[in-house]
Amino acid sequence: MADEVVLLDFWPSMFGMRVRIALAEKGIEYEYKEEDLRNKSPLLLEMNPIHKKIPVLIHNGKPVCESLIIVQYIDEVWNDRSPLLPTDPYQRAHARFWADYVDKKVYEVSRKIWTTKGEEKEAGKKEFFEIFKTLEGELGDKPYFGGETFGFVDLSLIPFYSWFHAIETFGEFNMEAECPKIVAWAKRCLQIETVAKTLPDQKKVYEFVGQMRKRFGLE
Amino acid sequence: MAELKLFRTWSTPFALRVVWALNLKGIQYDTIFEDLSNKSSLLLQYNPIYKKVPVLVHNGKPLVESLLILEYIDETWKQTPLLPEDPSERATARFWAKFGDDKVLLSVWNVFIKQGKDQEEAIVTAQENLGFVERQLTGKKFFNGETIGFVDLAFGWLANLLSVWEEICGVTLIDHEKFPMLSEWIQNFAGAPIIKESWPPRDKLITKYQALREVYTSKEAPK
Repeated sequence: MADEVVLLDFWPSMFGMRVRIALAEKGIEYEYKEEDLRNKSPLLLEMNPIHKKIPVLIHNGKPVCESLIIVQYIDEVWNDRSPLLPTDPYQRAHARFWADYVDKKVYEVSRKIWTTKGEEKEAGKKEFFEIFKTLEGELGDKPYFGGETFGFVDLSLIPFYSWFHAIETFGEFNMEAECPKIVAWAKRCLQIETVAKTLPDQKKVYEFVGQMRKRFGLE
Repeated sequence: MAELKLFRTWSTPFALRVVWALNLKGIQYDTIFEDLSNKSSLLLQYNPIYKKVPVLVHNGKPLVESLLILEYIDETWKQTPLLPEDPSERATARFWAKFGDDKVLLSVWNVFIKQGKDQEEAIVTAQENLGFVERQLTGKKFFNGETIGFVDLAFGWLANLLSVWEEICGVTLIDHEKFPMLSEWIQNFAGAPIIKESWPPRDKLITKYQALREVYTSKEAPK
């Protein structure tokens, strides 16, 4: 039976990018549907009535929501190729912990930087550097968070790379100067075809964020 | 032989999830009770990022974050599975456990710590969230079906802590008319043998949370 896979997404969403990378890694064919988040489709509202958010993966008519849950789902269904999570339970728990840390921390603090100014922004920057310092500590000397190969934690974090230019410009700092190991790691990930093909251009994201800031009255 | 230690406090609902999971699977472990106002150096060593309980240490290796600990337990000890086998059902279970922690718990906690108009608004949000949860029980005894599973353990706090908070605030969030299925689930879950033998003493919980509510409500005048 042919699999029908549909992804409801929004091109600059880091969460959507995670799913796109996972699908690409597994070589899964799917239909991509771009959502206008200011005018959500009836399909999105039907498939994710609780949160009304993207990404949503619809597999043979059944929706899966929340990006890290979707990625795990993809790994479990298409389990015959390109594993995204380790097989050992402790290593899996370790990977889930750090992906969850990225989820809990990185989006909110990044958002703080590009949506606020003055003291709030400075506080956001301080927090941002602390969080990325912690991530650099976890990365250590490994080429990837997953060790020798690109894995679940790498996948959960790399989409934020497409937002670095926007965050550092509006945050008035230099990402490479502040978090050199993370930038080096990101460039290593960009050597991977699925990642390079999925991540949108940093300049495009920067322009998008600029438009959002205008709407929030920040420019 | 496997060495298993659980760091917890007497009251935290998050550690209870781990206690239940281990007990349901018949796994032996040692318990270390922490005083969160004076955390042990071991706890800080095992959970340097969040410095919280519960922490499960298996053969010297720490596991943190209660829902992640549950997944680890389920993958390591296969008897009495907590998560379903089907990937779509697993994804659904993970979704509801996350919704519980991210939204339901927070919205119910807001009811507990607020008063006046703020509390009234918090009640609306909390009951909206509880409504979504209620519908998940349609045609089922437990969220997992006939037996207790991952989502039941994740929502376990609804079966004891909630009534403690309701009693202290004088607010009924889960009334039998509005939430018949949740009300029945609470009875079934709270009364299940493995579950009920682990409940912390109710009078101690009342004292603890009474004091906590006073701290929160004294910060602002009632509206």
